[in-house]
Amino acid sequence: VNDETRLPHAARLFISFVALLRANGFAIAPEQTVAFLAAIELLGPKSLAHIRQAGLATLAPPPERQATYNTLFDIHFLGREELAANGAEDEEIVRLQEEGHGNEEALLADDANESGLTATRAEALTERRFAEGATSQALRRLSREAPARLPRRRGYRRGRARRGPWADLRRTLRETVRNDGELLHLGRLRRRTRLRRILLLIDVSGSMKGQTEENMKLAHALAQATSNIEVFTFGTRLTRVTRALRVKRREQALLAAAHLVSDWDGGTRIGDALRAFLSVPRFAGYARGAAVVVISDGLERGDPSSLRDAIARLARRSWRLSWLTPLATSPSFKPQTEALIAVRDLVDQIVDGGSTGAIVSHLLSIGERKVA
Amino acid sequence: MAVRGNIVGIDSPEALEKALRAAYYLADEGLATAAYLALALGKPLLLEGAPGVGKTEAAKAIAAVLCRRLIRLQCYEGIDAAAALYEWNYPRQMLAIRQAGDESIDIYGETFLIERPMLAALRAPDSTVLLIDEIDRADQEFEAFLLEFLSDFQISIPERGTVRASEHPVVVLTSNRTRDLHEALRRRCVYHWIDYPSAEREARIVMMRASSVAESTARAVVAAVGRLRREPLTKAPGIAEAVDWAEAATVLHQRGARWPDAFKRSIGLALKDEEDLRFISPRLDALIAEAAA
Repeated sequence: VNDETRLPHAARLFISFVALLRANGFAIAPEQTVAFLAAIELLGPKSLAHIRQAGLATLAPPPERQATYNTLFDIHFLGREELAANGAEDEEIVRLQEEGHGNEEALLADDANESGLTATRAEALTERRFAEGATSQALRRLSREAPARLPRRRGYRRGRARRGPWADLRRTLRETVRNDGELLHLGRLRRRTRLRRILLLIDVSGSMKGQTEENMKLAHALAQATSNIEVFTFGTRLTRVTRALRVKRREQALLAAAHLVSDWDGGTRIGDALRAFLSVPRFAGYARGAAVVVISDGLERGDPSSLRDAIARLARRSWRLSWLTPLATSPSFKPQTEALIAVRDLVDQIVDGGSTGAIVSHLLSIGERKVA
Repeated sequence: MAVRGNIVGIDSPEALEKALRAAYYLADEGLATAAYLALALGKPLLLEGAPGVGKTEAAKAIAAVLCRRLIRLQCYEGIDAAAALYEWNYPRQMLAIRQAGDESIDIYGETFLIERPMLAALRAPDSTVLLIDEIDRADQEFEAFLLEFLSDFQISIPERGTVRASEHPVVVLTSNRTRDLHEALRRRCVYHWIDYPSAEREARIVMMRASSVAESTARAVVAAVGRLRREPLTKAPGIAEAVDWAEAATVLHQRGARWPDAFKRSIGLALKDEEDLRFISPRLDALIAEAAA
């Protein structure tokens, strides 16, 4: 190594800070490190605040992890003794550092979007590992048939077509030039279709215990089959697990999801969970124009009127809202639970969600009506 | 990396903050630092935040500070290169071919090229600021396409060759975070998350934007808006809503309405969702009284 390429001693402190962030699951590219150093040089730095700001701007920690960033910053630049002041965050850091290995951790911590619902009587905070089982036939059917049969909508992009409302001027001109200025054929354009967003809300409460694992496997298969999907789990809390389920290997994805969700097998407060969902504009936007699928038995501990309100709002935003319950095993099913009676008129369909096969059949049939 | 320490006399975040203030934009320290770094490092500035916290305004203010023309590219689903980069004037080309007869003609000349925002910014990097607004509304294809533009600042037009910017243009991107942006896009940019401002700063913003509003009104509105933001609402009021609400209440007051009443009757400017209004209405009186105190 020649001397000019060697870093000045002072820079090592900043580089090791980047390494510390990486070890805690922040994804930082080398070019960001370069920008970080350039930014520090530009700013003086006249104070520690400058370095903190430079890091925030160039290393771009996601907003929901800025508290972790700040704690790590304090550890690194102010020394460990200051830590006694904020013990709560410290705990998280220690955990992350212990198991910290790059990508997987980023997935786990990044999306811990629990919408702050306070714990209740029936809540049992447990972490659970999914048992690994053989891929069921239904899941194979889902991934095989999904591209052709999942619901689609008309997109805003135009593509060439034999017939369509617009003339394809670009293509026509090129052909004209090729034919010495003779216009022989007018190309056409029409709007292309794209996959409609699917919003999957999975009940992970105690009453659904027997089925939760299969439902999560299904959610993973669906997340692999379509890119336009959002998955949330709810019980006493609401958790977004979409990013975890994007991981291709099922065992790894489900493990990541299992870490994120902390209310396995607890009580159910569907109304409150949905209200929390709707009050985050970012999340509520996911429901707009989407095929919303709720998998829940509708055994509600909370207030059925709050559930009714929430479902009404969800139904108004969505394209189709279907409720899958394990109780609806026969076509002549009549809702019995208070919650299901309350939402009966608001949802488009209440159908059988008792087995993976039944859910897959339903998912593949949502789009069967004409493309809307 | 093209480091420019000094842009039109702005050599520190503090100087930029001051200049922005002169352009009627109150930036906090974080935003001023991020914007300064973006200008100095020649990188795009990515601003994320809830709707109505002043992301687009920030871009306008930066353009005003630099005395440059703002070119705005509003993103929408299905936006493509023809709408963002350039387009050929096909009817004109067609006519030219007809008229030329046997003579040879260059139908890919400058007269047939229609400039779109990104090409316009690239051709005049020293006199424009490019605002790519609400990038989260565009689809992923467009985001991927943008990556190339933002890293090399060049566009290739197959018929004419590559257009390269003589210097890095000033680019501001905004996102409402309705979907997660690709990591690679965040990586290429200087990033800042704009949060709701502190009550103190928001009151100053309200007074700056609406000169007719008295200080006490501004403070009361900001306090009320702050309380509304803590409620589980579908759409929390942004800064723009706070300004509108303060202005509306002032107008009503000048027409003879009493204070708490003026606030209450103009609540429609702060909350624009029927369900939110219904949810908050039983407690509205208490909330306003508390805020005005």
